[in-house]
Amino acid sequence: MKVSYFPGCTLKTKAKDLDNYARKCAEVLGVTLEEIPAWQCCGGVFTTSRDEIATKLSSVRALNDAKQKGQPLVSVCSACHNVIKQTNAAMQNDEEFAFKVNNYISPDEYHGETKVYHYLELLRDVIGFDKLKEKVVKPLTGRKIAAYYGCLLLRPGKVMAMDDVENPTIMEDLIRALGAEPVVYAYRNECCGGYIALESKELAKEKSQKVTSNAQEKGAEAIVTACPLCRYNLIKNGTEVPVVYFTELLAEALGIKE
Amino acid sequence: MQRIGVFVCWCGSNIAGTVDVAKVAEALKSEPGVVLSTNYQYMCSQAGQEMIKEAVKEHKLTGLVICSCSPRMHEATFRKTAAAAGINPYMVEIANIREQCSWIHKDMEEGTEKAIVLGRTAIAKVNLNAPLTPGESPVTKRALVIGGGIAGIQTALDIADAGFYVDIVEKKPTIGGKMAQLDKTFPTLDCAACILTPKMVDVAQHERIRIFSYSEVESVKGFVGNFDVTIRKKARYVKEDVCTGCGLCTEKCPQKKVPNEFNLGMDNRRAIYIPFAQAVPKVATIDADYCTMLKTGKCGVCSKVCTAKAIDYTQKDEFIEEKYGAIVAATGFNPISMDKFDEFAYSQSKDVITSLEFERLMNAAGPTAGKLLRPSDGVHPHKIVFVQCVGSRCASCAEKGKEYCSKICCMYTAKHAMLTRDKYPDTDVTVFYIDVRTPGKQFDEFYRRAVEEYGVHYIKGMVGKVSPEGNKLIVQGSDLIANKQLKIEADLVVLAAAIEPDKSARPLATMLTASMDTNDFFTEAHPKLRPVESPTAGIFLSGACQGPKDIPETVSQAGAAAAKVIGLLAKDKLTGNPCVAHSDEMMCNGCSSCEKVCPYGAITYSDKEFRGPNRTTLIRRVASVNEAICQGCGCCTVACPSGAMDLKGFASKQIMAEVDAICK
Repeated sequence: MKVSYFPGCTLKTKAKDLDNYARKCAEVLGVTLEEIPAWQCCGGVFTTSRDEIATKLSSVRALNDAKQKGQPLVSVCSACHNVIKQTNAAMQNDEEFAFKVNNYISPDEYHGETKVYHYLELLRDVIGFDKLKEKVVKPLTGRKIAAYYGCLLLRPGKVMAMDDVENPTIMEDLIRALGAEPVVYAYRNECCGGYIALESKELAKEKSQKVTSNAQEKGAEAIVTACPLCRYNLIKNGTEVPVVYFTELLAEALGIKE
Repeated sequence: MQRIGVFVCWCGSNIAGTVDVAKVAEALKSEPGVVLSTNYQYMCSQAGQEMIKEAVKEHKLTGLVICSCSPRMHEATFRKTAAAAGINPYMVEIANIREQCSWIHKDMEEGTEKAIVLGRTAIAKVNLNAPLTPGESPVTKRALVIGGGIAGIQTALDIADAGFYVDIVEKKPTIGGKMAQLDKTFPTLDCAACILTPKMVDVAQHERIRIFSYSEVESVKGFVGNFDVTIRKKARYVKEDVCTGCGLCTEKCPQKKVPNEFNLGMDNRRAIYIPFAQAVPKVATIDADYCTMLKTGKCGVCSKVCTAKAIDYTQKDEFIEEKYGAIVAATGFNPISMDKFDEFAYSQSKDVITSLEFERLMNAAGPTAGKLLRPSDGVHPHKIVFVQCVGSRCASCAEKGKEYCSKICCMYTAKHAMLTRDKYPDTDVTVFYIDVRTPGKQFDEFYRRAVEEYGVHYIKGMVGKVSPEGNKLIVQGSDLIANKQLKIEADLVVLAAAIEPDKSARPLATMLTASMDTNDFFTEAHPKLRPVESPTAGIFLSGACQGPKDIPETVSQAGAAAAKVIGLLAKDKLTGNPCVAHSDEMMCNGCSSCEKVCPYGAITYSDKEFRGPNRTTLIRRVASVNEAICQGCGCCTVACPSGAMDLKGFASKQIMAEVDAICK
């Protein structure tokens, strides 16, 4: 099976592991990630500026590209996925927005036809955690892993429609499928501090440390996340605990980690 | 040809202020059939009614048109006047020139013109009216109360005390409901069991009340005064009339690991159990999901220890059929699940509990024998945070919470806070609230006492996060008045979960053809004037199944529902509403369209013989309407493709005549 793949800027620079392992694992699981040619920034930095059309255009171009190929669009970075999925919903439901955007991308009209998956959803809904479990060659038995969702992966709940925003299970189910033991802790879906580090180092520290210390207190020996910014913050500002991308953990269990 | 009298009412200045009543009366004089048209200040007054009666005699009137207020207001009044004057009451039509005319218009000319049109319309209809006589049906003098909580108990007692037979159907093994689980009751702080259990005993001992415990309503057929109900008595594997309630079996049963629902799973019970000491009936029940004997055929301990020989492992569900004149829904409420509110860490920590769980912790018969101890480690908590409105007033989170106010939480939280401070002065108590709502007798005084005398800290704001850290719960909330973010280290967090109707209410409503709102509360016939009756005749509402209610309100409503039931059962025969549907058998093609749309189940089909051409006999399937069940809603008349179905008093040709009159 082939799907369109949108890696995003960070995955080409700081978060290469997230990207590399995502591709390799997908191959093992029978899915080829076809990178969208000449993709541009998802617009993630402008995620809150709803009135700006231009910043959403690149997302729509990627979505439209997938539509032309008749493929679903998969992304793995939380921020990219958030922007793409929200933009797709706006193209479906906000007529004025869609009209303006379509002026830029004519002659093809796009109205949100593409199915958007986060890589985690690809694992759960397309491949299936049961099937994934069968492919595990090095089960992570005995490892206690905490999932960190952050803010963008699940919210807004109605649009992202991935999991319960307050009591999510998708990453815990993945961890379980890989043979490890998931650690549930209260701060797994709270903000890591995001860009606040630019403004207040103290506050950033407080936010990140709450997450990591809470996870450690519940017995986590490592934290997994899907978001490069979260990982950066947790490592830079949090207490000392390994923070890795979920794709690394996946690669390890599938026996393809270098 | 009718001889119609038109009476235009001023309603003081209510109508006359914006409608030229004299002009209306004058204009309507020339309408077909009208022999008299006049106006008067207050038609509904004694003098006004006398005037109508005189006019009937003098002008030999056969129909009346009263141009006045809404028929909801005085139609019944003028129908009585007509009857007293010797005319069939259904020969009266009301033209509503107040609510639908004078009150909504400011311009005299416009108002007058519209009043004339409305009058003309009513005249057009009266011209086609025919005298109608309501049918009669007998009344079975026995009531069914569904639900054995305080609402059902009070309703049953009141009906039975008035001399009628009552059956209570309760799905649990005992009556008592939620109130039996409570510790103290606001605002007087009397112990719930002390005021409830005597009532439960009264029910058990009442010669006119039967309790079907561990039973559910299986089906309901029939109509007001004549319901046929099937009750499923679930197998409890204990002979109810033999069991003495000694409780020996519940001590000897080796299956000890069954979550005790009475204590909300905070401790365990046996597979054979009596829910609590004062249960009524005080009879043991075997939980088939856990009983080793029923599951594997090996055990039989309870049977061996039972000296009364009451255990019967072969018992089957039993079906009881009974006739009732009236049915009362008293199915109550439940706190909503906290699954989707994990920001409060309910699933992560045993020390985050709901208010109902807190009741059990404070209750002398609860899992801690009334000592306030943390569920996780049995240590006494020194800092408790109460969070109100968890899932209530949740307009932005309707997919997981409720939009309405659950009404009882402000008061029980104040009660919990006060009782905690009273019993354990070393415990610090904080309450987070959106608003404190205390309308009720002695309610605000009660809340003030919690704040002023007992030093409970009330903080206006919501809690955003509860995080279990170590053996503490870190509560993060906002203080909206101080405009500060707070972080409180608590030992125990108590969530005032929103309440919702019991899940059994929806299927029951379908059986009863009683309507419900979007929240699954039963709808009342009128929100102000008929609050204890369902729009479906013969179905009454008691307690929280109609909307969130505290105990005093529930008991008042339960009594009110009983009064309505008594009023119904006191009649030997019921006079129906003659404005009901009827089917013209010659036109009916047996398509079942009407049967499908009828919300009351009033239409049945049967094969009937008709005389065909050349002395042949045809058998055709035709509809017939049970006039006692039909509520005259008219759905069937619209659905009928052949025009066989029509509504008496609102026949299609009458409605068309009205439309024609408006368009003239």
